[in-house]
Amino acid sequence: MEFGPHLLLATLEGAVTAAVLALTALGLSLVFGVMRVVNVAHGEFFMIGAVVAWFVSTSLGAHPAIGFVGALLVAPICAAVLAIAADRLVLRRLQYDPEATIVATIGMLYIIQQATLMTYGPEARPVEPPFNHRIALPWYDFAKAEWFYPWGLSVTSYKLFVIAAAAALLLAFWILMSRTKLGLTMRATQLDRETALAFGIPVGRVYSVVFGLGAGLAALAGVLIVPIQQAHYLMGTEPLLLSFIVVIIGGLGSIRGTLVAALLIGLSDGIISVFFSPTLAKILATLLVALVLVFRPQGLYGKKPA
Amino acid sequence: MSRSLLLHLGLLALLLALGFLLPAYHQGNVARVLVLATYAIGYNVLFGYTGLLSLGHAMFFGAGMYGLGLTMQYGGLSPVPAFAAGLIAAAALSALVAVLALRTIGVAFMIVTLMFAQAAFLAVLYFGTWTRGDEGFVLQQATRQIAGLDLTHPTTRYIAALILFGTALLITARMMQVPFGRVLIGVRENEERTTMLGYDVFRHKFIAVVISGTISGAAGAGYALLFGYVGATFVSVQYSIFPLLWVLLGGAGTTIGPLVGALFMFYLIDYASGLTNAYMLIAGVVLVLLTLFARAGIMGEVRKRWVPWLP
Repeated sequence: MEFGPHLLLATLEGAVTAAVLALTALGLSLVFGVMRVVNVAHGEFFMIGAVVAWFVSTSLGAHPAIGFVGALLVAPICAAVLAIAADRLVLRRLQYDPEATIVATIGMLYIIQQATLMTYGPEARPVEPPFNHRIALPWYDFAKAEWFYPWGLSVTSYKLFVIAAAAALLLAFWILMSRTKLGLTMRATQLDRETALAFGIPVGRVYSVVFGLGAGLAALAGVLIVPIQQAHYLMGTEPLLLSFIVVIIGGLGSIRGTLVAALLIGLSDGIISVFFSPTLAKILATLLVALVLVFRPQGLYGKKPA
Repeated sequence: MSRSLLLHLGLLALLLALGFLLPAYHQGNVARVLVLATYAIGYNVLFGYTGLLSLGHAMFFGAGMYGLGLTMQYGGLSPVPAFAAGLIAAAALSALVAVLALRTIGVAFMIVTLMFAQAAFLAVLYFGTWTRGDEGFVLQQATRQIAGLDLTHPTTRYIAALILFGTALLITARMMQVPFGRVLIGVRENEERTTMLGYDVFRHKFIAVVISGTISGAAGAGYALLFGYVGATFVSVQYSIFPLLWVLLGGAGTTIGPLVGALFMFYLIDYASGLTNAYMLIAGVVLVLLTLFARAGIMGEVRKRWVPWLP
């Protein structure tokens, strides 16, 4: 394949990564923004989404589309219930102390991951996509001045669906945050916890909702990705690190920054891994992020600390 | 002789006696625990005494391990200079990380150290030609000799591990009695006030990171030398979490806490891995329970309740 079509293919792959990453990182960013909790177990909620999707689609046994819709409904609820329980039982008792919650969520990471290993097992299992048409893409040949279909330049309809679904979910999230009362209370809590409390906002309940919502977003991302990747109990590590990178580059707690950074990181990750060694790309990305945090801790869109 | 010195020497004497009394299986285990406890002591300098929570100490452990392993495997060095190479590698890496990471505080410090450690882990995989990545490499038995002493012999190995542990224990115990260590504790308790009193906080924190990293590196080099295996697992995130777990469990800011935590956790995981392959579940449960109910850890609770002079 020539360079042009190859780049288009890499960009499409990158767009899928970016779409899923945006959902996952948004959950992490929301939790950090409102609760000031760095949720190290966030990747495990992503994994739960994928694993629940597998359970639902195999136990329903009907057409893959029914299983997929079922998973889209069930998986985020499972993750949210688990997250709310974790918030009530652990994080609240720690009074959301930043360092203690990090240690506790590291513990939760191992508990969720290892409990999955005990029940679901160490195998990686595929989930059939609800639909999967191969769509060949045309490319313009400048020499002959005509459109043609280069060999290997194609995308599946499911991948396009993932991008669209993620965009729709992000839009829904934006409406939730900016147009509803719940969104208003969440933003108020993020802005000033004490004042929100004084105005009668049940901050404790808002925290639970936020933690559940964050986990639900990660689980949705997991459901979307599982027909492309495979469900495995260790699959949460990679999205966790990538989400960290995205949230830090975008500015801790800034939703808009998170989305821009997810697009940036997802696309460049897709493009770089096609053309260069993925390990080297990851080393450079991690170092870059560490340095961003050292020299520009507010990220791209975050506010400077007063 | 002070009570605390008496306690430490008594502990070392007890461990020495155990070296000859324990059955072979436990002798090997305790030797391993002693090396890992050395790592925990290094971690404790930063976390327990200076109050800086690092999530990336595996890179220092790994620097020591690969500093020794690579120079022995490819440079043909004998163990003593190779051990020195491991120490230098760990000290240099920790100085570099300190300069950068100490510009941040709190949560940002944890994430920066985590990211640097992740980059180090990926670098080990990337240079797989020499490091052999996840698979790792084995140091030949014939090369693991110091002055005619065979470090692969169980009892010699135990004594060597004990010397490593004892050195780290006595150094850190002494360090916390001299003014330098007192300032570190001051930084932990109240950084602003320590600055106000005229101490150079950054310099103290910098030295604390380097000492902590170098002791961790010594443990890594010791582990490679005594157990003959060098692999990427020891640089992974899990090995950054372990010392945190041991120190929290044993008691942060106590001299013998790291050993107690490492010993306890090692046998707990050893027992759990006989029951299920999901043995890390234990680590998760212990971490959550500790943060909820016993922030001070085992020795911390002992100090709080019964022995207020415990160092």
